[in-house]
Amino acid sequence: MHFKARAVAQLADAGVQSNLKKAKGKFVDKRRDAIAEFLAQGGDFEALREAGMELRNRVLADLDLWLEKFEVNATARGAKVLWARDGAEACRLIVDIAKRHGVKKATKSKSMLSEEAGLNQALEAAGIQPVETDLGEYILQINDNEPPSHIIAPVVHKSKEEIADLFARVHKKPRLTDIGEMTREAREVLRSHFLSADMGISGGNFLVAETGSVALVTNEGNGRMVTTVPKVHVVITGIEKVIPTLEDLSLLLRLLIRSATGQPISNYVSLLTGMKGEGDLDGPENMYFVLVDNGRSDLLASEFNDMLRCIRCGACMNHCPVYQTIGGHAYGWVYPGPMGSVLTPLYMGMENALDLPHAATLCNQCGVVCPVKIPLPDLLRTLREKQVEKKLRPLSERLALKAWAWVATRPALYALGTKFAVRYLNWLAGGGKSIAVLGAAPEWTAGRDFPAPQGRTFREMYARRKRS
Amino acid sequence: MNDSRDLILGRIRERLGRSPANVAPAQTAMDVALAAKSAGPRPRTDADLVAAFRARSEALASTVDQVACLADVPRAVAAYLAEHKLPARAVCVPDLAGLDWRGAGVEVEARGAIDHDLVGITGCFRAIAETGTLMLCTGRATPATVSLLPETHIAVVPATAIVDGMEEAWSAARSEFGQMPRAVNFISGPSRTGDIEQTIVLGAHGPYRVHVVIAHGQ
Ligand code: SF4
Repeated sequence: MHFKARAVAQLADAGVQSNLKKAKGKFVDKRRDAIAEFLAQGGDFEALREAGMELRNRVLADLDLWLEKFEVNATARGAKVLWARDGAEACRLIVDIAKRHGVKKATKSKSMLSEEAGLNQALEAAGIQPVETDLGEYILQINDNEPPSHIIAPVVHKSKEEIADLFARVHKKPRLTDIGEMTREAREVLRSHFLSADMGISGGNFLVAETGSVALVTNEGNGRMVTTVPKVHVVITGIEKVIPTLEDLSLLLRLLIRSATGQPISNYVSLLTGMKGEGDLDGPENMYFVLVDNGRSDLLASEFNDMLRCIRCGACMNHCPVYQTIGGHAYGWVYPGPMGSVLTPLYMGMENALDLPHAATLCNQCGVVCPVKIPLPDLLRTLREKQVEKKLRPLSERLALKAWAWVATRPALYALGTKFAVRYLNWLAGGGKSIAVLGAAPEWTAGRDFPAPQGRTFREMYARRKRS
Repeated sequence: MNDSRDLILGRIRERLGRSPANVAPAQTAMDVALAAKSAGPRPRTDADLVAAFRARSEALASTVDQVACLADVPRAVAAYLAEHKLPARAVCVPDLAGLDWRGAGVEVEARGAIDHDLVGITGCFRAIAETGTLMLCTGRATPATVSLLPETHIAVVPATAIVDGMEEAWSAARSEFGQMPRAVNFISGPSRTGDIEQTIVLGAHGPYRVHVVIAHGQ
């Protein structure tokens, strides 16, 4: 993965840049307003975050038992619970299910795990047509399976003009430019898929152990469609998504939705348990859960355990100055932004994502907004340390750090070094306030000037003061 | 089920340091949590549940009407349909088929909805004042499609069904059904999407319009 090259390309793409700028304020403002409204309603959002964190920690500490409890209760209602060690196994299980039920077409509501697993490709290879039904995911699918650039708003990088061109080309209809009319056109295309699919595949926002249910949150209603109409419903989700009770679900919904879209609640929250009962007029006849590990169990009780609390709200990327500048595609895998910079190296191998832990200013905007208080900057810093420990950093960098440590632990030498450095930098600035080209590290001054030091070093000034 | 189950659970147990000695206390703590069903921090409860529910429903872009009793619902629905130039024809959950629809000039069919139905009429199990949300539970007389496929969803809400928050609704569902119905759907206004340029459009895959009729008496 070549993060730098991708980031540079995204920075140079005027379209992506203007679309990112348009979206940024909206997400941030909506979340802020939703929290203000919650406070006005007498709610305490900080207490809610604290409780959310505590709840998620409690489940993770006994994850084995909660998963077993979920399995018992889901099975009691007739669902089949399957387990997959990785994405490939999840794909195999789902293709098998589809074949067993003679499925030709599967409608899908948004699932990040299915992106992790590459499920669409696996279904296609088996001759089963996957149809993404979240409007954003649908747009990406008809655009040659382009990857999403945000976990909540997958086409945040695209303008309506680009989407209008795409619809005209793929739907073979006159080009529309009104967003309402474009949505209506997609609705009509997707409606026929909803009604003709034999299988519905959904992700799972939460698995409720108490009842053996999956909870789905959507605004469009596609989550309801894929779990109501087809005769088979498959839930694909991560093993960390289990929570104890329905009350816990309510707590997490209050956090998740405000953090994600800035709504007090999404248009549709569905709790699905088992299949169509006797005499029911609708609902699937078969329900499967595919619980996927794909690296999650390795994080348990490790220094990255906190990351497993993540409820996939996207607030960290919405508030990240780096994400807002380079967009989601630069991150190179399913998860972008701060949470992606932590998850990608952990799930894909540290050596495969060397730049990501460094693609952060550690400003802690993400840590402040995360609804389950994941200390993202700390985790990024830990990943940086691991890279050094594992000798994954370039030799020159490691040597430079060693040299710096050697000097910094020798006060006299350090004082001498900084004294020379200040004079050198002042000389570079030519008496001015800033340095246009930093000789030793020209990259630093490629897009900005380097401020010149003002006066002498702190130590020199301190020493002079003491004397006078 | 499959080998992976044991491998994954085994790996989790190993990471968590699960041992015969610590499994029993953890089980007990789990049972306590499942029995306690304690709620997290919640906003203040509203003094006037009906007014709060109404205001928050309207904030979600639903429209709200109020009638004195259930028997007045068909006439209120007929008026709404006429006002919006919708046909006086609807699919209705079997649960509500007993009202005098014909007397109000509305032709209803009690069944699950199909693609071409324009108007769907449902009741609700509970309604939630905290967010202006309808809670619909599926069952033989309450198919899920009626609130989903038609472009217009009309929901009849007895004032007595309005509760503070989701927590009260969960307790009601537990005591009334014993086990959760196949689908519990919380509906908060018309279906919407903001995927294109974060511009909100109503009527993504579900209804374009949600109209709520609150019935104060029986
Ligand atoms: S890390 Fe926190 S803020 Fe980011 S997606 Fe996960 S829960 Fe949301």
